[in-house]
Amino acid sequence: MNIINFTPLSAFVGGITIGLAVVVFFIGNGRLAGISSITDNFLTSKEGRGDNFLFLVGLIVGPIIFSFSTTNEIPFLITNSLPLIIAGGLLVGIGTKVASGCTSGHGICGIARSSLRSVIATVLFMVTAILTVAIIGIK
Amino acid sequence: MSKIISLISGIIFGVGLVISNMINPAKVLGFLNFFGQWDPSLIFVMIGAILTSAPFFFLFRNKNKPLFAETFSIPKIKNIDSKLIVGSSLFGVGWGLVGFCPGPAIASLALVNEYAIFFLISMFGGFFLTRLVNYK
Repeated sequence: MNIINFTPLSAFVGGITIGLAVVVFFIGNGRLAGISSITDNFLTSKEGRGDNFLFLVGLIVGPIIFSFSTTNEIPFLITNSLPLIIAGGLLVGIGTKVASGCTSGHGICGIARSSLRSVIATVLFMVTAILTVAIIGIK
Repeated sequence: MSKIISLISGIIFGVGLVISNMINPAKVLGFLNFFGQWDPSLIFVMIGAILTSAPFFFLFRNKNKPLFAETFSIPKIKNIDSKLIVGSSLFGVGWGLVGFCPGPAIASLALVNEYAIFFLISMFGGFFLTRLVNYK
């Protein structure tokens, strides 16, 4: 193992920012900022659709607002082929729906609420993701 | 007011994904490349987010209602079932294939990238497929 591209400070500040979003959504609206659930509910349920829609709009508007505050381009790179991207999207959709949560719902909100379910979910998706990268490799 | 809170929460979340660069699949794959050239940064995203939010979850645990809604809507399910285990494992494989999880995938619509759009459409397809199998 070699360590490269290590940016702990921006990662930590970004994490605190995400944590603030979780706090505002929770103490304001009493809801968990789990993005897979918010998205799935927005697509399939009338209940709370306005709130779900506005949260998702904010999620897209946030990076746009941020990009006006800096002259640097936001680093963004997808390296995989289209078939892998489609397979990845399907698996992320199925997996987060079946497990009722993703990186934000289980990995952040769930762990912060000390939910054992979420700790187990997070360990599992971390392990299978790391194994997938180890097997497929990075281009 | 709850609508404004939703929008603001989303905006702050999206900004956090950019500051941390978790919006970037290449950065995420670097984090998942534990057995190769490893970039541990994203561990600090989780630590920062959990340290910030956990005290508030604790403080509000016995409150009856949030500030701008009638009730808390928090999952009550506690048991560790096969759905949790199979679902999380499948999600991890998909995450490792591309470096996208749902939050960054949606936030990256801001950057108008065609691959991100293909990913999102597939992810929505995954939601619907699961619903079909579950509810018929």
